Amino acid sequence: MSDMVCNIVSGIVYLILAPVIGGLLAGIDRKISARMQRRVGPPIMQPFYDFFKLRDKQPVAVNKAQRFYIRGFLLFAILSGFFFFAHGDLLLVIFTLTIASVCFVIAAYASNSPYSQVGAERELAQTMAYEPMMLLVALGFYLHCGTFDAKEIVQSPAMNFIYMPGIFIGLCYILLIKFRKSPFDLSMSHEVHQELIQGALTEISGPTLAMIELAHWYENVLLLGFVYLFFTWAPAWSPVLGIAMCAFTYFSDILVDNCCSRVKWEHMLSSAWVVTLAAGFANVAFLMYMR
Amino acid sequence: MSYIKQSPWLVHYDGSSCNGCDIEVLACLTPLYDVERFGIVNTGNPKHADIFLVTGGVNTQNLPVVKQIYEQIPEPKVVIAVGTCACSGGVFHDCYNMLGGMDKAIPVDVYVPGCAARPESIIDGVVKGLAVLEEKQKALAIPLSEKHALREMELDPGVAVNKSQEAGK
Amino acid sequence: MCLPGLLIGVPLLAALLVFCIRSGGARNFITIIAAVATMALSVATAATYLGQPAFISLPGEMPSTVIMAVDIIVALAIFYYTMVKFKRCWIGLLELLQLAMILWFEHGAGHGIKVAADLAIDNFAVIMVLIAGIIGSLIAIFSNGYMEEFQKEHPDVEDRRPFFFFVIFLFLSAMFGLVLSNNLLFMYTFWEITSFCSFLLIGYTQTEEAINNSFKALWMNLLGGVAFAAAIVWLGMQYQTVELSALLKLGQGAKPVEMIVALLAFCGFTKAAMMPFSGWLLGAMVAPTPTSALLHSSTMVKAGVFLIIKLCPLLGANHAGMMTMFVGGITFFFASCAAISQSDGKRVLAYSTISNLGLIVLCAGIGSYAAAWTAVMLVIFHAISKSLMFLSVGTAEQQLESRNIESFDGMFCALPNLAKCMIVGICGMFLAPFGMLISKWAAMKSVADAGNPVLLLLLAFGSATTLFYWTKWLGKIAAYVPAEENREPGIHGVQWLALKTLSALTILSCVAFPLLSRYGVTPYVSAIYNTTADVISRSNLLIMSVMAVLIVLLPLGFSAGQKQKMVVTNLAGENTGDNLSYRGVAGQTVQVSLRNWYLEDWFGETKMQRYGFGLSLLCMILAFAMMGGGVFHV
Repeated sequence: MSDMVCNIVSGIVYLILAPVIGGLLAGIDRKISARMQRRVGPPIMQPFYDFFKLRDKQPVAVNKAQRFYIRGFLLFAILSGFFFFAHGDLLLVIFTLTIASVCFVIAAYASNSPYSQVGAERELAQTMAYEPMMLLVALGFYLHCGTFDAKEIVQSPAMNFIYMPGIFIGLCYILLIKFRKSPFDLSMSHEVHQELIQGALTEISGPTLAMIELAHWYENVLLLGFVYLFFTWAPAWSPVLGIAMCAFTYFSDILVDNCCSRVKWEHMLSSAWVVTLAAGFANVAFLMYMR
Repeated sequence: MSYIKQSPWLVHYDGSSCNGCDIEVLACLTPLYDVERFGIVNTGNPKHADIFLVTGGVNTQNLPVVKQIYEQIPEPKVVIAVGTCACSGGVFHDCYNMLGGMDKAIPVDVYVPGCAARPESIIDGVVKGLAVLEEKQKALAIPLSEKHALREMELDPGVAVNKSQEAGK
Repeated sequence: MCLPGLLIGVPLLAALLVFCIRSGGARNFITIIAAVATMALSVATAATYLGQPAFISLPGEMPSTVIMAVDIIVALAIFYYTMVKFKRCWIGLLELLQLAMILWFEHGAGHGIKVAADLAIDNFAVIMVLIAGIIGSLIAIFSNGYMEEFQKEHPDVEDRRPFFFFVIFLFLSAMFGLVLSNNLLFMYTFWEITSFCSFLLIGYTQTEEAINNSFKALWMNLLGGVAFAAAIVWLGMQYQTVELSALLKLGQGAKPVEMIVALLAFCGFTKAAMMPFSGWLLGAMVAPTPTSALLHSSTMVKAGVFLIIKLCPLLGANHAGMMTMFVGGITFFFASCAAISQSDGKRVLAYSTISNLGLIVLCAGIGSYAAAWTAVMLVIFHAISKSLMFLSVGTAEQQLESRNIESFDGMFCALPNLAKCMIVGICGMFLAPFGMLISKWAAMKSVADAGNPVLLLLLAFGSATTLFYWTKWLGKIAAYVPAEENREPGIHGVQWLALKTLSALTILSCVAFPLLSRYGVTPYVSAIYNTTADVISRSNLLIMSVMAVLIVLLPLGFSAGQKQKMVVTNLAGENTGDNLSYRGVAGQTVQVSLRNWYLEDWFGETKMQRYGFGLSLLCMILAFAMMGGGVFHV
């Protein structure tokens, strides 16, 4: 029973802390990007200013359905993170995250505007590109640790990364897509506006847009949680390494973001699948052999 | 507390300018001027914007477009006319199709003169616009009963400012 | 004892009645009464036998004589169609071959074989009875309204409705017979009847395309029939039995029955439309929608997977099992890819059916406890959601005069309630917390446990492509395009009845997932594997149930929240105000039309078929060659 209480408490801690961490990460991202471009950049707290501003704006929409789907997106993004930090089943987490992204895509479709539809299609292609690898991450942990339970995974006797380097590389690759970083910021970003206005976000504004920002913060923290699983094992000091590796991964993604230009969706899909096939398959085959 | 001053997102529209001012607007984004340090983002999407930054004057062709973009920006919003053409029509003012400055189409809050307007003055104009923006935000934050009534009216910016002043008294 | 008889008899009686009575009103009445009676009977069967498996032996020579006679009648009918009426003799030869085999066996070696139990009713059979009984009957009810409209819309098609309903009920009757049989000779006969009925149903409109496609279905299924007959003869000659349960015992007792199992699995492939036999299921689309719904969801293809799942304990890490899991996995992946490139709603559904059947066959091929559990679960959820999808696409086709998914935009405004049914159906097919996805979850676990990385990859990639084609369809329906008029008044009451019941079933079955598992599937699987385990932990099932309830409740908050100001969308110029057109740079008005992505270069149908057919054919040839080598060595 106390186990369950402990799980729920850590889930609730996530609910409270994730937006703070996610927002700060976004702020740090903008600051570092600006510095990489020899600019001063906005304050670290900038994403929070944006969020609160958007929340206070007049609600404007193109139809009533949009906001409904976005609420679904936020709800399921939060829920999937909650499952993760409350030590739920990794596959459950991924499936819940999938509902969230489906909700987001549907919201973009619902507005029936050409820009947001192209954004939606690209977002969907992105989902198709990263989904196999996401599943392999969970299955890789299952093959190695014999469980989908995050709590047992972080208690494994040796560092998971040693047995799953291929899967980790695959995860890093698709994280670029998940974080919507160049070269894969196809469906929406502040930089995409020359070709698509704001892609999937084009018709979404004000408080609804604020919900999306919030959902992304939750989502990003959850995704870094997956990185954490690779580098944490039995010793008490290993969480430090885990967090350091999360920071390192995030920083590398920012670096890549600033070094690359956007690619076509074909390149994204083919490269993501090739990485999944090569790194993921080799690693999964190895893990199955080890069992 | 109002966050709008710390996070003004703008949409830039080129009415019928010679592109001189547009180049200067883009210059503001470069490392030298770096407007992002004020939290300013050039969104390119009226639905995300707080500031409508227009260059060039209004003519018969772009009149409905300007109006539509203005309509799509959620409240509170300000309009900044950048460059002489946007202020008054400039050298094009007596062309057969010109109607004049942007204020012929939509209510303008800040005028930034110059041909072309320099980045410094554009940034200055935006910062002045922020004060207006905050005032409008306050107007929106007046008591709930009135707020609803105002929202229903789809809020004319002039009205909003007057109301806020009345509320201030 | 009398319940199984009634279950087979009542639809048969109804079939004869609707065939003889030519008045439309009376026919409608009879169909509805018969459908309700069938439904009630299947529920009664469930109530009697759920959790209490029974073996029933039919006394005397009578039953087997009748079965023989039916075999010959079906064969004669097939000869008539293939050799006399349409002159496709080689298809008739397939039938001749199997009939000869069966008759020779029956009068020679098989004559003295004692059969302990002709019928077997276990939980899986009960589940199949419920699926065929409830969904099949709902489809029959739906057909009442649908066929009336269909004949009005297609004046060039001869009105053969008595014949249509005759075949539908005959089909249901045969399906009940099939799932209840333990005697393989009985099962074979019912198997032949379903093959023949599907041939008749597909050819309903008698256009050239329909006739060609119906013969395609016939020859593929007869090929399966030949394999079935061969398996029976082999089993009878070698082990002196024709019982399925005996075959399972032999296999579990480590007797070499691999070849027999492989033949039966092959027979299941043809009926379950595994690649390369997927062609007949796609061809079946020319028939009126209720036919496709019946063939795809509750009966025909489910008979194929029924047989394979029954063989589950004998599959696994042997040649037959490897063949089954790889054919299933390959079909799952390539069919789901091919679905991406399709814009015809029914073809997408067809590919999705093929792909999901592939998943079921894959699980059955793995043959572990968890995999068997998953396969049965998938059968249930697929049947419910897919029939709902077919019926809603059929209804949409009647109202919008097109079944192209591209013409579905604006459905939310023109056909709001139908759109909701369709959304439930689509979500049921691929989204958590609906049953299909929970089952896929279990499937992933079983594949990981089976230790086959290639299958794991097929499953992971197939899931991604499945997500793609369903979501883009969902997006098309959700797109908010103002429509001129509400077209829903054109839909018949009986159609609504079927659609809404199925929608409710889709949702209810998800909420009731833990119960379904506990009282329905687990007892069956435990009985055949002699162990019991939770495939997905109770707490996770509970979370899923709660999520299902949550998803149902969410729409209640649809319009909650602050009032929003409505503005026009961003188009490539000045929006004229209706979001449907804009004024371009030259002042001209341009209509907006949005099209989905089909990624033809990547997932083109012919390309996917080429790879899929080639690979699964290769698997079959390799498996049979290896087994053949093994058999003849010994």
